[in-house]
Amino acid sequence: MELKEKLVASFLAFENKVSVDTDSNVHDIRSNAFDHFEQHGFPSKKDEEWKYTSLKSILKHDYNVFPEGESAIEFATVKKYFLHEIDSYKIVFIDGVYSSFLSETSHDGYDICLLSAALKQPKYKTVVDHFFNTIAAKKSSITSLNTAFSKEGAYIHIPKSTVVPKPIQIIHFSTGNEAELLLQPRNLIVVGENSHVQIIERHQSLSGNVVLTNSVTEIFANKNSIIDYYKIQNDEKSASLIDNTYVQQKQHSHVSVNTFSFGGNLTRNNLEFFQEGEYIDSTLNGISIIGDKQLVDNHTLVMHKHPNCESHELYKGIYFDKSTGVFNGKVIVEKEAQKTNAFQQNNNILIDDGATINAKPQLEIFADDVKCSHGCTIGQLDSDALFYMRSRGIPKKEANGLLLYAFANDALEKIKIPELKTRITKLIAKKLGVDLGFDL
Amino acid sequence: MSKYTEDDLKKELETKEYEYGFYTDIEADKFPVGLNEDIVRAISKKKNEPEWMTEWRLEAFRVWESMIEPDWANVNYPKPNFQDISYYSAPKQKPQLESLDQVDPELLKTFEKLGISIDEQKRLSNVAVDIVMDSVSVATTFKKTLGEKGIIFCPISEAIQEHPELVKKYIGTVVPTTDNFYAALNSAVFSDGSFCYIPKGVKCPMELSTYFRINEGGTGQFERTLVVADKGSYVSYLEGCTAPARDENQLHAAVVELIALDDAEIKYSTVQNWFPGDKDGKGGVFNFVTKRGICETNAKISWTQVETGSAVTWKYPSCILKGNNSVGEFYSIAVTNNFQQADTGTKMVHLGKNTKSTIISKGISAGKSQNSYRGLVQVNSRAENARNFSQCDSLLMGNDCGAHTFPYIEAKNKSAQIEHEATTSKIGEDQLFYCNQRGIDTDKAIALIVNGFSKEVLNKLPMEFAVEAQKLLEISLEGSVG
Repeated sequence: MELKEKLVASFLAFENKVSVDTDSNVHDIRSNAFDHFEQHGFPSKKDEEWKYTSLKSILKHDYNVFPEGESAIEFATVKKYFLHEIDSYKIVFIDGVYSSFLSETSHDGYDICLLSAALKQPKYKTVVDHFFNTIAAKKSSITSLNTAFSKEGAYIHIPKSTVVPKPIQIIHFSTGNEAELLLQPRNLIVVGENSHVQIIERHQSLSGNVVLTNSVTEIFANKNSIIDYYKIQNDEKSASLIDNTYVQQKQHSHVSVNTFSFGGNLTRNNLEFFQEGEYIDSTLNGISIIGDKQLVDNHTLVMHKHPNCESHELYKGIYFDKSTGVFNGKVIVEKEAQKTNAFQQNNNILIDDGATINAKPQLEIFADDVKCSHGCTIGQLDSDALFYMRSRGIPKKEANGLLLYAFANDALEKIKIPELKTRITKLIAKKLGVDLGFDL
Repeated sequence: MSKYTEDDLKKELETKEYEYGFYTDIEADKFPVGLNEDIVRAISKKKNEPEWMTEWRLEAFRVWESMIEPDWANVNYPKPNFQDISYYSAPKQKPQLESLDQVDPELLKTFEKLGISIDEQKRLSNVAVDIVMDSVSVATTFKKTLGEKGIIFCPISEAIQEHPELVKKYIGTVVPTTDNFYAALNSAVFSDGSFCYIPKGVKCPMELSTYFRINEGGTGQFERTLVVADKGSYVSYLEGCTAPARDENQLHAAVVELIALDDAEIKYSTVQNWFPGDKDGKGGVFNFVTKRGICETNAKISWTQVETGSAVTWKYPSCILKGNNSVGEFYSIAVTNNFQQADTGTKMVHLGKNTKSTIISKGISAGKSQNSYRGLVQVNSRAENARNFSQCDSLLMGNDCGAHTFPYIEAKNKSAQIEHEATTSKIGEDQLFYCNQRGIDTDKAIALIVNGFSKEVLNKLPMEFAVEAQKLLEISLEGSVG
């Protein structure tokens, strides 16, 4: 049976099961989203937004749509996937089910807990009603699919003037208990005025079994708030990820989303920023280093609607073997958004024959008093630099590694958690197959 | 003396009629409106074409029938009704002329109004002009000089009669009849156009030029241009257009094919100034053009485009860099004002080794216009050491217009080096202030700055065109700063 039909057939059963304990509002949202998905189905290469990325191969699997069994994992076996060097809040899911054993949540001054709890309990109702599925609605059929089946994920609500003292880690493990598994986590993050929070998100498969994750995250940044969001995508080669992140910002807020794609079969990141006020700063960073037949597709949108805002976008890609990189960066500056500064840069290096890059940096500008630019390059390492290093006794492999590291460094510099930066640096070194000889 | 303010200027501009909007009353031979196989056959018969050409047209027509009009471009316009157009119109007397004296004085007057008097061109600029007036060539000059070199430069209808082997060999090889909706339509109904063949090793001694005009109200103009540069030859080809003001939208769907064989070079320059519609966006020409060139080993094709006219433009002069070491260039200025819409750009397809391409695109939007750049740079897996540099700059004037860029970059070879950059900005107040301070009025200052902005492209134009193009830019943009 086609995956779409399977999902359509199982929706009613799903609704009956979860709607008992949620109010009608969420029920309506799910049904509407379901209709939207049923109407449009999965995107194909005929859709302009999916021109370079085919979902065909990952949709042909017979996914288990409702993983039920709760599996336990020893902390020791998964410790390496946590940023364990520092204290942090943790929201951990195993095969889509919340693991209280591995998690560390909080209701002390702010809520760092579960979406399932937030959807059920009346005390969260105002927040949920006000924010849930407001910016993700009708965006794409993939997002609607997630909405239709949304029941679990992280719920983070930080009230105003609060600085969360330690980072929050959201980790999704899949154990391989199911041969083929579809996960649809849904995160809701609401940050109040003058507040600050750091979040690290990771999807990790613990076996070679096929996993498809279709994740949706909605982020709301109120006035003067600061949010730093890090996505670590270094999964097994059997795991695919479609990540949809929507960010809404109010005046004077600063939000940065950093995406590090080092693994996985197919990784598609849809990242959309909507600016709803003046003096907003949006930052989008990404590093992709992949090989084999992997594919990383970064689709970004920054919507400038009001004057005096900025956006900074920087994506670096290094492609080995027969891998494919896709970049589509869209910047829209509406008529009212005068004095906008929007910068976008996409640099790529192809290492091996067979690697492919498809880039489409796109500007749509309707206001005249703006500074907008985009740059896109595809190239190789500088042979002079390589020669210089080798003539000073650095072996070719190391010299290559150092230069590639330096290439990615611009985007690395933006990481504000030192331990995370070290971790990512090590990951890059490992990925490039070199010992950089220094720790950062 | 009262101060001449920007508002005055704006008003003057808005009410300023299209300078070249006039209508020459020459009796024309016209087909009934509509399109079907009979019309295609009739066009072919009228042209006295051989059987293979008729068949070729019919095949294109059948393909066209099965196609739907594309709507992916970033433009909005009422879809033309293709059954509402007359597909053939030719001036009734078709004189065979040796000198200018024999040309219809009405025609001569028309060209005088346009400021491109033939005799002056003949005398001063050494340009051979093949004038296409409503689809049929009326005067061909300098043909003899060219003939001595073995260069063929004639209307395509004549080429079909006299050089069928050349036309048959090359027509439709770069832009196949099945290429796209408008190319198929053009292949089926094209009435005339230019054909140019430069033999081996010949450097064409003069700039070849054609002036296209749409004249009869309600007729679409379907031009077909085929330029073949044989091994080691060189040619510079100019194309320029102006059209009279008409209230209904006119359709222009041309096809241009360039073939540069080994070591050949083709330079193709266009100044396009079709009627853009009035200040309310009424009328104007729809310009849907397919232009493409193919480069064999060591060949070079250079497109230079200055676009100031047309209500809707949809045009992507492209280069297929098939041979090793071939070079493709694209220099373009697109100016839009009032309600004009332009979706232009280029495609550079790198197939051969060591191929190079350069794209310089300057977009200037004013009034309520929308100006888009859409480009593709494609490096195929066998195209080693391919090199591309692209730059698209947009200049916005006023707050009701838009500038968009849609570049597609596809690299499948690790040795490819591709750079793309785009910027969007407006004319700086400090720049204007600097000019004003030195006694240059705002209007002149804008012209100055726009000329500077477009200089990289204007410099690529042949002398005669550069002057005309600069004037056009000024006319199109006067007083539009907001």
